[in-house]
Parts: sequence; structure tokens; C-alpha cells
Amino acid sequence: MADNVMVSELAEVPPRISEWRRFRRVFLSRSGVIFGLIILILLVLAAIFSPWLAPYNPYKPGTGSSLAQPSAEHLLGTDLLGRDTLSRLIYGSRTALMVGFISVLAGSFVGITLGIIAGYSGNIANAIIMRAMDAMLCFPMILLALVVAAVLGGGIQNVIIALSVATIPGYARVTCGLTLSIKENDYILAGRAIGISNLRIMFLHILPNAFPPLIVLMTMQLGNLILAEAGLSFLGIGIQPPGAAWGAMVNDGYRYLSTNPVLSFAPGLAIMLVVFAFNMVGDGLRDALDPRLRGLL
Amino acid sequence: MTAYIIRRLIQSLIVLIIVTLMVFFVMRLLPGDPLIIYMAQSADLEAMPPEMLEQLRHQFGLDKPIMIQYANWVVNIFQGDFGTSIYYREKVGKLMLERFPVTLHIGLTSLVLGGVIGILAGMLAAIRRGKMLDRIITPLTYIGITIPVFWLGILLIYMFGLKLNWLPISGYTSPMKDFWLSTRQIIMPVLCLSAFGVAANARQMRSAMLEVTRQDYIRTAWAKGLSERLIIIRHALKNSLIPVITLMGIGVGTVFGGSVLVETVFAIPGVGRLLVSSIFGQDYVVVQAITFVIAVIVLFVNLLVDLSYGWFDPRIRYG
Repeated sequence: MADNVMVSELAEVPPRISEWRRFRRVFLSRSGVIFGLIILILLVLAAIFSPWLAPYNPYKPGTGSSLAQPSAEHLLGTDLLGRDTLSRLIYGSRTALMVGFISVLAGSFVGITLGIIAGYSGNIANAIIMRAMDAMLCFPMILLALVVAAVLGGGIQNVIIALSVATIPGYARVTCGLTLSIKENDYILAGRAIGISNLRIMFLHILPNAFPPLIVLMTMQLGNLILAEAGLSFLGIGIQPPGAAWGAMVNDGYRYLSTNPVLSFAPGLAIMLVVFAFNMVGDGLRDALDPRLRGLL
Repeated sequence: MTAYIIRRLIQSLIVLIIVTLMVFFVMRLLPGDPLIIYMAQSADLEAMPPEMLEQLRHQFGLDKPIMIQYANWVVNIFQGDFGTSIYYREKVGKLMLERFPVTLHIGLTSLVLGGVIGILAGMLAAIRRGKMLDRIITPLTYIGITIPVFWLGILLIYMFGLKLNWLPISGYTSPMKDFWLSTRQIIMPVLCLSAFGVAANARQMRSAMLEVTRQDYIRTAWAKGLSERLIIIRHALKNSLIPVITLMGIGVGTVFGGSVLVETVFAIPGVGRLLVSSIFGQDYVVVQAITFVIAVIVLFVNLLVDLSYGWFDPRIRYG
């Protein structure tokens, strides 16, 4: 209880530096967050420096013998075509990150815009947009992505489109709710009284105030998107061979589960660690930015 | 309450109409001739003479205005006619009647299991906050919400199927035919599908319970000298359950989404696997029908959840 009082006092007179310091202290105080950050840093490094980190060419068949067990040369063994699993795992981080980041940006851009319009203009626009979002939410995310990918055809860019579309309603709902409460503030009324255009109010005055929860939502969505991408590529939708995606690698390895379990285990573990990391960091961000969001996001 | 019910019913009806529009028109976004929805591969279409294409278009009503086509489609599905599968050469309604019970058997079991175990685990973690039990349950819930279901399935198959040889690794048998075998076969799929539900429910339950036990009326109950068991069961449980009920509504969607993956891993002839194979086989009538039925089920369950929510919590219904 005492914490809450302190937080709200700080929020009223915000000396910038201490706000940042408070954020950092709360954010970094949990071991889960540190663990998540370390994994994410490793992930980004792996994606950027793949060509230098990967011991072999991930696409070239026959860098080792077919289905070799883990050894000093091939730390995680090789797949059916003799490709090095570790190298493919490292290159797979590029696919995961690319799909995750682009879909988050595209989905949140559309979703947040729709949500602000729905929340700010009220009545008819609100009813139309939000009912359409409700309808989209009736389709489970992976199902919606599957159908969109089916209509557009395979390929990584279509998976990105499919996943972006599938996440739009989530952002729209949250943003609409935030906008509804933010627009009741006096400073919005003051802005309207001095004749600021609706567009300016929506995007320069409401959006920045809705940002903390949206950042948390986007962080958590990154994890969900990587999980969904893995699911789609496990089903064989998305990146085309010889490209490397973790979900597809789990599926490829599944056939040799009894002899080469590491082929499935390693990429699956990578997916889980990354999703876990994004969840941890998202949780940490939520508690550091605004503890009141606990239970809502 | 009546006004609230009517408002929610009208809202759901509008959403249902939008769902039909989406399912119908998304299929029309397919590149090429809309005949592809009803006919085999696009290569077959290109080989046909134009007169025949015209005749087929007339047969499927594709020469009519698009809104008439939409209306016909809606009238047909509400009469139970979902069209004919290209691949199976069977009525899609009949196909779904064969496949849906399989998915529902596994899905409902997972949903119930996820609810019961999740609520219990969350409750225990909250009551014993910071103690041993909480320190075991809380990290496990993080694993539950982040583990890829298909990978969990593969781990289970490796462990209990290949190494220990305890459980069959694939297939499905109707419980009417062989109850024992059926149960053994669905243990691993159910574990996969319920993992997320158990974890999500436990987390929600834990935080709701911690919130509720801080309320004044719980302190009053303690002050009256009631036993812990009575306070938890009589007073704290009901109010903590409210947020968990909403989660159950979301759970239905998660289970259907997950069944697409789990049925693929365990080779279960359910509706999820039918959907995936139909997508790859470009059997669009089947894809259309399955997505529609799943969306309607999700919509309906969420309507029920919202109504019960209003009943549980008067603040919602008058809000």
C-alpha cells in the first residue's frame, strides 16, 4: 500500500531523472527479468552475427555425414542432409526475430490506429470497428493466421502478413479501452477548447499517454508471435527450404526422434527460451511502468 | 439483467453476421477464378474449355451478383449444407460430424482438466505465498504458458512413448469402442492441450486470490475467528473465480488453435488435422466450413461466459 502512495506522488511531480531511476530499479530488481534480458541480447547477437558465429554453412548439404550424432565437430549433430544443426539454429534466430518484429510493428500500427479512432470518436465508428474486432477474435490466432496464409500462399512474407492481421484486434481492444479513459481527462477537454484538431489530440495527446501499457503488450506479443510462427512453420507454412526456422526444424527432427532426439529438442528449447524471455521482460516492464496494470495485461 | 442479456445477444448477432461476411469474402480473395473454391486445382481449370467453365459457374451460382451468392451461402449453412469436399467427394457437414466429436472429446477433457487443476494450483500458490509450494507452482506456470505445444507433445512422446513405453504414441479410438485404449491414447494430447490452460488459470487464480484476500471482508472473516478453510472456500473462492471465468472463454479458442498442432503431432483424425490437410490440399470448401464452425463455437461460449459474468458480478451488468 505504501508503495502506491509513493508512486502516485512521483507521478504528480515528475523529476525526470528519478522517474527513470525508479523504473530501472524496479525493472532490474527481478532475476527473471535479468535472465530474460540476457537471452534476448544473445538472440539479437546471434541474429546479427550469424555468419560469423555459425561454424558451418546452414544451407549447404553434406557439411557432415547424414544424421550424425552430436560430436566435437558438430556440437548438435547434423540433419538428414548432413547440415549442421547448430548453424541452422543460429540462422533460425534471424527468422524468429524478423517475423516477430515486423509483425509486431505492422499489427500494432493498424490495431492502435483503429483502437484510437474507435475510442475517441465513439458511437458509430466505435461500434463498427469494435464489432469487427470481436468477429476477428472469434478465430483463434493460429487458425486465423493459417487461413490467411492459405489464401495468400506460403512464403515468409505471407506469414508476416497473416500474423500481423491476427494480432490487430488485441491492440485495437486495449487501445480503445485506454482511449476511452484518457479522453475524459481535463487536458483533452482543454485541448479541444483551444481548437486543436481531433487528429492532433488523438496522436499527440492520447497516444503518448496510452504508450506504457501498449509497450508492455507489444513485448508480450513478440513472444506470442514467435510461438505462433514456430507453430505455422512446424505445420510447413512459412519459410521455404533450405531456409532455417525453428518450428520447421522441430518437425524435421520429429521423424528421427528415436535415433536423433537432439534434432527436435534443440530448436524447441530455443523457441521456449525466447518466448519465456519476452514474457519475463514484458512482466518486468509492466510492473516497472505501471504496477496497476497487473492482472489486466 | 434482462436488458443486459438482450444487449449482449444483439451484439453477438452482429458479430455473427460479420463472421459470416469474413469467412465468405476471405475465400473470395483467393487469387484466380472463384471456381477454384469448388473445383480441384487451378491447373485443371486452365485446361477446361470456356463453355464448360461458364456451365460450372452457373452450376455453383457464381454468375449471380456477389451479395446473392453470399445470401445463398448463408441460407445453405444454416440449413446444415456446407457444400461438398473436393478431396473427399463427400458432404462437408458429414465430414465434420465425423471429425468434431474427436476434437471435442480431447478438447473438452483438456478444458475441464485445465480449469480444475489450474484453479486448485493457483489457490494453493496464493494461500502459501512465498512458501515452498508457491515456489514450485509459479515457475511451472511460466513454463506452461511459454512451451510450444507441439514440442511438448514430442517431448512426451519421447519420454512416455519411446523410452518408457507406457503410452501409445499416436492415433485415436472412440471411447465407445474401447474405453481403456481411448483413454490411454488421449493422455498425452490432453496434457499438451491443457498445459496452457492450467498455467494461465493458475496465474490468474493466484493473483485474483491474493487481491481478494487483501479485502476488508476477508479481514472481518478472520476477526470473527472463522477457520482458514472456511474463509478460503466460502468467502474468497467465489470472488476470485470471476476473472478466471473470462479466461475459460479465451481457453476455448486456445484449445481449438492448439488442436491443430496437437492433432498433427499425435496423428489424431480430428477437425484440426482435417483443416491443415484441407489447406494443403486446397480444399477450400472444407477450410471455409471448419473456420466458420469454430468461430461460431468460440462466439457462443464467450457469450455464455459474458452472461454468467454479469450474473456473478452485478457491477458488469449495470455498467
